[in-house]
Amino acid sequence: MEPILSVKNLGVRYGGSAEWAVRGVSFDLGRERLGIVGESGSGKSTVGRAILRLLPGAEVTADRMRFEELDLLDIPERRMLKVRGARMSMILQDPKFSLNPIERCGDQIAEAYRTHVRATKRKARAKTLEMLEAVQIREPERVYDLYPHEVSGGMGQRVMIAMMLMTDPDLVIADEPTSALDVTVRLEVLRILDGLVRERGIGLVMISHDLNLVRNFCDRVLIMYAGQVVEVLDARDLDQATHPYTQGLIAAQPRIGGDRGPLPVLQRRDSWVEGAA
Amino acid sequence: MRRRVIPDIAGQAGAILVTLAGLLILTFVIGRIMPTDPVRAIVGEDATREVYENVYRQLGLDRPVWQQFFFYVRDVLTFDFGTSIRTGQPVLQDIARVLPATVELATFAIVIGAGLGIPLGVAAAVNKDRWPDHVIRIASLMGHSMPIFWTGMIALLIFYAGLGWVGGSGRMSQFYIGLVPERTNFLLIDSALAGQWDVFRSAVNHIILPASLLGYSSSAYITRMTRSFMLDQLNQEYVTTARVKGLSRNKTIWRHAFGNIKVQLVTIVALAYGSLLEGAVLIETVFAWPGFGQYLTSNLLIGDMNAVMTCVLVVGLIFIGLNLISDILYRVFDPRTR
Amino acid sequence: MVTLPLGTARRRSLPHGLVSLGRIAAFLFRAPPSAFGLVVLALLILMAAFAPLLATHDPYVQDLQSTLQPPSGAHFFGTDELGRDIYSRIVHGSRITLTIIFVVSIVVGPIGLFIGTVAGYYGGRVDTVLMRLTDIFLSFPSLILSLAFVAALGPSLNNAIIAISLTAWPPIARLARAETMTFRSADYIAAARLQGASSARIIWKSIVPMCLPSVLIRLTLNMATVILTAAGLGFLGLGAQPPLPEWGAMIATGRRYMIDSWWLVTFPGVAILLVSLAFNLLGDGLRDALDPKQINKR
Repeated sequence: MEPILSVKNLGVRYGGSAEWAVRGVSFDLGRERLGIVGESGSGKSTVGRAILRLLPGAEVTADRMRFEELDLLDIPERRMLKVRGARMSMILQDPKFSLNPIERCGDQIAEAYRTHVRATKRKARAKTLEMLEAVQIREPERVYDLYPHEVSGGMGQRVMIAMMLMTDPDLVIADEPTSALDVTVRLEVLRILDGLVRERGIGLVMISHDLNLVRNFCDRVLIMYAGQVVEVLDARDLDQATHPYTQGLIAAQPRIGGDRGPLPVLQRRDSWVEGAA
Repeated sequence: MRRRVIPDIAGQAGAILVTLAGLLILTFVIGRIMPTDPVRAIVGEDATREVYENVYRQLGLDRPVWQQFFFYVRDVLTFDFGTSIRTGQPVLQDIARVLPATVELATFAIVIGAGLGIPLGVAAAVNKDRWPDHVIRIASLMGHSMPIFWTGMIALLIFYAGLGWVGGSGRMSQFYIGLVPERTNFLLIDSALAGQWDVFRSAVNHIILPASLLGYSSSAYITRMTRSFMLDQLNQEYVTTARVKGLSRNKTIWRHAFGNIKVQLVTIVALAYGSLLEGAVLIETVFAWPGFGQYLTSNLLIGDMNAVMTCVLVVGLIFIGLNLISDILYRVFDPRTR
Repeated sequence: MVTLPLGTARRRSLPHGLVSLGRIAAFLFRAPPSAFGLVVLALLILMAAFAPLLATHDPYVQDLQSTLQPPSGAHFFGTDELGRDIYSRIVHGSRITLTIIFVVSIVVGPIGLFIGTVAGYYGGRVDTVLMRLTDIFLSFPSLILSLAFVAALGPSLNNAIIAISLTAWPPIARLARAETMTFRSADYIAAARLQGASSARIIWKSIVPMCLPSVLIRLTLNMATVILTAAGLGFLGLGAQPPLPEWGAMIATGRRYMIDSWWLVTFPGVAILLVSLAFNLLGDGLRDALDPKQINKR
């Protein structure tokens, strides 16, 4: 099957920095769910933003970065505006910060729709209410008129998901979609996202530091360390990981019913980074 | 959240009352420490002893200080600010007559200042650390650094005496004085109401230079604050969200980031408007603008303390009022405080 | 991680303040605007120090034979209506400007520090009362309040300085209070209190030194306003009195001859503009050199 997204040898360097934040990252994504796992600072979020071309001032290089028929490396920003939010979008981490505090939730969702589809206000509102129902919000009419500070974290993230799926994109990048939420609502939000992604055949890139979460919700897992991919595995084969870093990550997960000895300290070796001096 | 509003307003009112009381004490104290003899200022140098004593008692100067303060507060509360020695008119009446000229000038200036400062501040923030930012920063620091009375003179020298582009001193040409019936004392409004378009043109010609200078100097502050507010917002995640939605950079900046600083800007513009009164004192002297600032300084120079202290009180009240208004606007426009 | 012990060792060999001052100066010199500010201020200080040497004429001696002369080799900036050399008057005027800056700083700094640290340290009712007082002063534009004070005290240079000082302390007090609030609950303050140190001692020994850097920066930033206010008072005839060569007063007298003799008002104005611009540029640079958030707080 033709991949939705194909990245080969992606490198990102932030302005003024000598170090590459990301380098040599390659992967293909079909209509599947790909997890990118790594510690903070491993460059996983940077990969997501590079794909959306939202890294102003950073140097982005790649041998190939294709999204469907588009070459993301050289289409002009003007055309990118028609792609971003319409055919690919991104769910950000914390609804407390990622929603505009002075606009009503519903209007923010409707804006995503009206940016790409010519529609009357009334039509956009109807679509928004529909979408709010799709993310299992019980009183869409009421929530439409709430300001972000008036909704809970779980509700805010559902608003975010509604906003980003409003235009039926082919690719969604979820950047730590649940790590800012209460543990009790995480699973619920993830199930909603998972359900919609499967139902609509969306390609999903799930960026997370939580190995267990990725294991349960993704088909494949990409493990990043210091800006590079160290291992790619099917989610169900995670226990057969060969790379010592992945093994370390797995060993560092606390387990119910496991022994109560101290968790092993995560090993980090410079030699895992290719080309490091 | 709604329940908190009432005590908030009560607290606000309390704070205003305390500030008002402080204002009264301050003006009272300043009025009392002056070395010039208020009695002499009224009766003149060669009044007889009886006349002097009489006025001394009339002014209540023989009473204890706390009683004098009590009388002062009573007078203020009943809007009795005494008569100006210089004009012989009640001070309040004088101020009501001169204030419109200053308000007209300050309003014209704040429109220029905000119209210049806000877009420049946004531009500086968006282009942070690139050349537009540097140019804007230097330009606004210049506006902040210039002694406005001096710039006023130089500008008069160039644009009036040299190039003849604008009118000179005063609110209009000598020729038109007295032609327009005084209804509001706002010349631009009065002349328009009377259909005297020549006068209107002359008034615009005269106000444009002092207002531009005042506007430029207040735009310095507005630019700087807009820039720093804007920088705070541009680093927020919701800006990224807007970009992810597919909004262009411009739309993101103006619709989302700028939308979030509007409320703060109201406060800043209100404060800038207040400090324009300060610039007005100096610029009115240079441009012979018959407004509040000139009234204040000419009374200062002859030691007419009644008039001076009332002016100070009025400025304080205007400041408190502006703070209050911006506070209310904050509450009305920011959904988080409702 | 290896560099940390080295860094602290080196810092210990020099007083901490000196090292950071040096670092700030280096930073300031790297940016052209703040370097310009530093240079102008250095020139101002040199000018004031060597005024008698730099001046070509006595700033007070009148020469009615050569009044209102345009700039020339004999009189760099021309002469005024009494034939006095404007260049020499500006040079000597720098002493007045520096005096104003110096006196206002040493009056305003301690007052602001005292009120701010006491309010911040004790909190509660003391804080409320002191901050209300500060707010009352802040609710006036500083020039108007200075005008009122000068009017009450009588116009003179000294009274102008007093009036400016009386109106310039509130922002400093606000800042010192905000700083104090952040230190108040720090462990080392608690430790000092447990050792039985008196409040006065804690404020003086532990809190004031911590507030000092930001207060100094704030003072620098305020100096531009102080200079403009002083010049404004001089211009209105409420500050320095003739024949003192104060720049604002020079502009006021030159105003009458402005149309025919532009040099009378131009040069003193440029001098005021340069010095206040220098302080603004310097303050701006200092703000960048240190945490911007901290300094913006009033």
